[in-house]
Order: sequence, then structure tokens, then C-alpha cells
Amino acid sequence: MTAAGSRELILSRIRSAVAGAGEVEITRAYRTSPDPVRATGLVELLAERVADYRAVVHVVDEGEAVATIAAALARRGATRLVVPEGLPPEWVPGEPVTDDPPLSAAELDGVDGVVTGCAVAIAETGTIVLDAGPGQGRRALTLVPDYHLCVVRAGQIVAGVPEAVGRLDPSRPLTWISGPSATSDIELNRVEGVHGPRALEVVVIR
Amino acid sequence: MNGDATFLGMPAFPANAAVAVRDSQLRYNLRKATHTIRGKRAAAVGELPDWAELRRAGKEIKDHTLRNLERYLVRMEEAVTAAGGHVHWAADAAEANRIVADLVKATGETSVVKVKSMATQEIGLNEALELEGITAYETDLAELIVQLGDDRPSHILVPAIHRNRAEIREIFRERMADWGRAAPEDLTDDPRALAEAARLHLRERFLSTRVAISGANFMIADTGTLVVLESEGNGRMCLTLPETLISVVGIEKLLPSWQDLEVFLQLLPRSSTGERMNPYTSTWTGAVEGQEFHLVLLDNGRTNVLADEIGRQALRCIRCSACLNVCPVYERAGGHAYGSVYPGPIGAILTPQLRGTASKLDASLPYASTLCGACFDACPVAIDIPEVLVHLRGKVRHARVERLGMRAAGWVFNRPARLARAQRLGGRLRRFVPGRLPGPLSAWTDTRDIPDIPPESFRDWWDRTDGGVQ
Repeated sequence: MTAAGSRELILSRIRSAVAGAGEVEITRAYRTSPDPVRATGLVELLAERVADYRAVVHVVDEGEAVATIAAALARRGATRLVVPEGLPPEWVPGEPVTDDPPLSAAELDGVDGVVTGCAVAIAETGTIVLDAGPGQGRRALTLVPDYHLCVVRAGQIVAGVPEAVGRLDPSRPLTWISGPSATSDIELNRVEGVHGPRALEVVVIR
Repeated sequence: MNGDATFLGMPAFPANAAVAVRDSQLRYNLRKATHTIRGKRAAAVGELPDWAELRRAGKEIKDHTLRNLERYLVRMEEAVTAAGGHVHWAADAAEANRIVADLVKATGETSVVKVKSMATQEIGLNEALELEGITAYETDLAELIVQLGDDRPSHILVPAIHRNRAEIREIFRERMADWGRAAPEDLTDDPRALAEAARLHLRERFLSTRVAISGANFMIADTGTLVVLESEGNGRMCLTLPETLISVVGIEKLLPSWQDLEVFLQLLPRSSTGERMNPYTSTWTGAVEGQEFHLVLLDNGRTNVLADEIGRQALRCIRCSACLNVCPVYERAGGHAYGSVYPGPIGAILTPQLRGTASKLDASLPYASTLCGACFDACPVAIDIPEVLVHLRGKVRHARVERLGMRAAGWVFNRPARLARAQRLGGRLRRFVPGRLPGPLSAWTDTRDIPDIPPESFRDWWDRTDGGVQ
């Protein structure tokens, strides 16, 4: 639907606009790989930074994970839970709702919450990244329900943003989550809870 | 509705600013908001030991991309197409609006949900769609406040920054019902309650609307990936749930490679909301999860900016709004005085370059600054805004009286003898110099005192006293 000439017009304007301009080298002197100091204590740093966003965080040993998740769900009173394909079945008690066949938005709106894993977590920024892979599901699953419990394994945690970008595959749809839904639109004060899940709970397995 | 059109025909910046600074409520709201965010930004930036290196890389990546923009745009087009998306090219606002309207009409829908986007505000998309019988619903909280209030945006990140909580409550109570679900009867001005009212108002619309329109913060040429940063989840709702997604993106939003995101995902959140990371960032490549995806690449004056060797650095801008938040002029005059969806220091250099300086307002914008340089210090991609302001001041046509004055001054300064005669004349007439100048010259003395003229010049004093010895 582009007018036949617009593509050529824009490209030719660009060509004449930058004609004769010098090349620009890019210097990447910023931190790109974990230094030894930062590589230790990633679990604790992630937990602290996620909690700063007013998400609920638990740091547990592998053996405690199932009980911690069950207790969290019970506290929340969440019984109708969506689980994505590939989530360890023992993580969610009872008979969870599956996304097969795909749930409608209205159906997702009717559940109590969703339990997922993640692809990568960034300690420095307290960010969890989902890539729609196993145990995470399509993007709507972690968006429409009002409660999201996410399980992070120690091996998935990286120190900073560059390490995360390096691990992620851009051909997959990615959702980077840093705390619950929030807004700063009223007098630039942060308020948690707008359209995305208003409650985020993170279980980090050491 | 969302009336960017009302920016048209506005008087020049000084006239707008003179009105705005008399609005004490506005000044209070702006002062409170900008000072809150300044502190948060300083803390978030101070936390990173390599901020200077990130800033340098951000600047150089953008400059490199702009230098090779043709190559990267073509690569972007190939990658999006290969991933099942459709790419459209829009030379100006009218063409972009027509492309989007036609795409929406092809779906048979008459309403769309929108993610906050500067590009679609710049082209007046909502108004254009309205003329085609299509209603665009803004879903960002601040955009919603602006849309419901028949208002204009006054800040890049927080378009309703000029409104305080009490005003927002009134807008919600009076106008929400006209656009859908009414505000709760017992709505208070607690920000939590206001956010909840917005959630309820938009919930059903998110779940049922089939076409969404977004912008993008970044596009990755190598992979064809689009990136949207947001806070509320309204972006995710629009990007994820509808069957058709149309993204209108300025051609300068490109980054060459996926790796480049590692720089900008650190620079942008810390500069804009002062957070280590914004709550949600979505990235997608082409048509995903069964969605139909259209990318509209927008020029609309950007190639004019690119052609200006000094002015082109404005195209590095990542719309973080840090320059607005630190600007003493913005803090007092507010965003509306700039007469553009791009207010503040970046607006003062971007608007006159995108739109030209034919109107009085646009010609006045390079002067809407004290050149204090706080904007340059805060800019995460090191745009030297004062440099561009001075450059643009040299390009706009000056008033006749100013040109005559400058020519006269040039004539006097050109010969030492002329200067000496003028100084002696001035010294003799010093008693007759008025406090305020008449006619067009009063523009100078409205805001400045005329300096006292000394009885004799330094050179005359030196000659008379032999360098102060006698």
C-alpha cells in the first residue's frame, strides 16, 4: 500500500543527506561480561532487586521449591491456575488449567493466576525474561491473569543486561518483566498495579 | 479529541510561556513532578559505574546507524518480511495516516487500541482515523487522561504531567462514561484508585479489540525485531491480544544489531523513569503467535534533519525526556508552550527541524532556552542541545530592527576611531538614556536593564591617567 515512489524517495533523501559524512566507529568500553566480584551472590542480588519493585520473593533450596510454591498459592487463595506446556507438573498442585486448546482472553481473565518458569533473569536490574519456551507459554498467559508466580533457577541468572541479551534469541517473542505492572503517570510517583498482573511472586531456586 | 491539531496557529513561545508562568497550579504540578524524577534519575544513573561508557556507545551506535541508514533500513525491511510481516514506507504524515487507515479498514474494524507513541501523535493519527470513522482508544494512563480531558500532551514520557491527582479524578468522573465504562461513583484522588479506575475502564476493551496500533522504541535491523518499553502492561495488552498489529516507527529508531540493545536497555529506563528497568519490555520479530503484523516506516521530515550536519544529532534522541525534567525553562513554562508533541529542550531543536521555521512559533523555539546546558549533561546519547540551539538561532531570520542594530554595531566596531567616537558620544549622552527603550526596541528592555554607560571609556581613562599612575 506504499505509494510506489515513497520507498525510493526516502532512501534517496537519506543518500544525499549523509553523502560525504565520515564513518563512525563504535567503542564498547562498558561492562559486558560478569567480573568475578559480580559473579558471586547473584541469587541474593536478584532477590533484593526484584523485591525493590515490591514483588514477593522467596529464595529456596531445590527440595523446598514445591512446598514454597504450594504455600504461596494457598496464601493467595489461588486454586484455578493456568500452566504452560513444559512446566514441571509437581510445581502446581491439583488440576491446573492448560492452554491446549488455546484459552480465550476471557477465559484467561477468569483464572486466579499463572505459574511459569523463565528463560533468563538479570540480577543487577531484578528482571525476569520469558521467551515463550517450555514452561512459559505464549505471551498472553502471563499477561491477562492478575497473579503471576515465576520460578527462577540459579543457572538462569546472569549479572547484567549484556549477558542476558547475549543469551536470548530475538526470533522468539520476549517479555522482560521487572516487578508487577506499575505506572508513574500520576505526579511521577510509582504506583503498582495497572493492566498487567498486579501481583508478581518469584521463587528463586539456589 | 486528542487534539494535536490545536497546536496549530499557536503564538510564539514567549507569548505562550508568559501565560503559562502565571498559572501557579501548573508551576506547582511541574515543579513537584520534575524534582521527583530528577532525584530518581540521578540515583539510577549513579548506580552504574560505566554510565559514561554506555553513553558514549549509545551516541556512537546511533551516529553509525544514521550514517548508514539506507543500508540498515533495507536490511530491516528484508528481515521483517522474511519473518512474515509487511513493511510500508511513508514519506510524510498524510501518507502514514492513509496507510494505517486503509489497513484498519481492510480488517473491517472501526475501533483500535493504541500504545503510547510519539510518532503517531506527531502525525495526528487519531484525528486522521476519526475522519475515516475509526475510533482510536489511548490506553497509556497519561494518554488516557489527555484524551478524556480533550487536552494536549505536555511531556514526552508523561503527557499529563501538568495534571495533578485532583484534576485527574475530575476528568475521570466527568468523561470516562463518554468513552466506555464510567468511573466508580466513589472514586478518590488516591493514585492507586485512579490506576484501578483506568484498569476497569480499559479491561473489556483490551480483551475484545482486534486491531492495535503502536510505535516502537527500537528496531533491530539485523533481526527485524521491534522493541517496546512500558510500565503498565497496556502495551503488552495491545501488542499481544489483537489479531492485527500496526506499528508506526520513525526511520531513526533503528539499531544495527541485537547486541546494541544491551546499551539502550540500560540507558533508557534509568534516564526516563529513573528505574533500573521499566516493568515491561516486549520484543517481537515479524508476525508472531498467529498475528498479522504491519510496520510503517515514517520519514516526515527526518531526512531533512539528517541533512543538517550539526542538527542531525537530534535524531539520536531515544525520547527518554531526561532533558525536559532538568530544564529550568520547561519547569516553569510547561510543555504546551512549545506548541508541539515534542516539548522541552529536545523539542526546541527537533520541532523546528522537522517542521521548518516558517511559523512564528517554530522560529521562536531555538530561543526557548537559557543555554544552561543541563539538558546536554542529562542526555543519555549526548545530544549537544545548546550547540544545536545556537546553530538554529543562526538559521532563523531575525527581526528587521535586530538586523539593523547588528549592522550598525558591526560598522562601529569595525574601526577603533569610530568606536572611540561612539563611546565619547555615549558618555556625554548617558544622562538621557531611558530606562526602557521605545517601539520595537522595547522587546530587549522588557526583560533586561540597559547597562549603565560609564562617563569615559577604559581607553580614554588609560590615556588620561597614563595607566592609572597619575
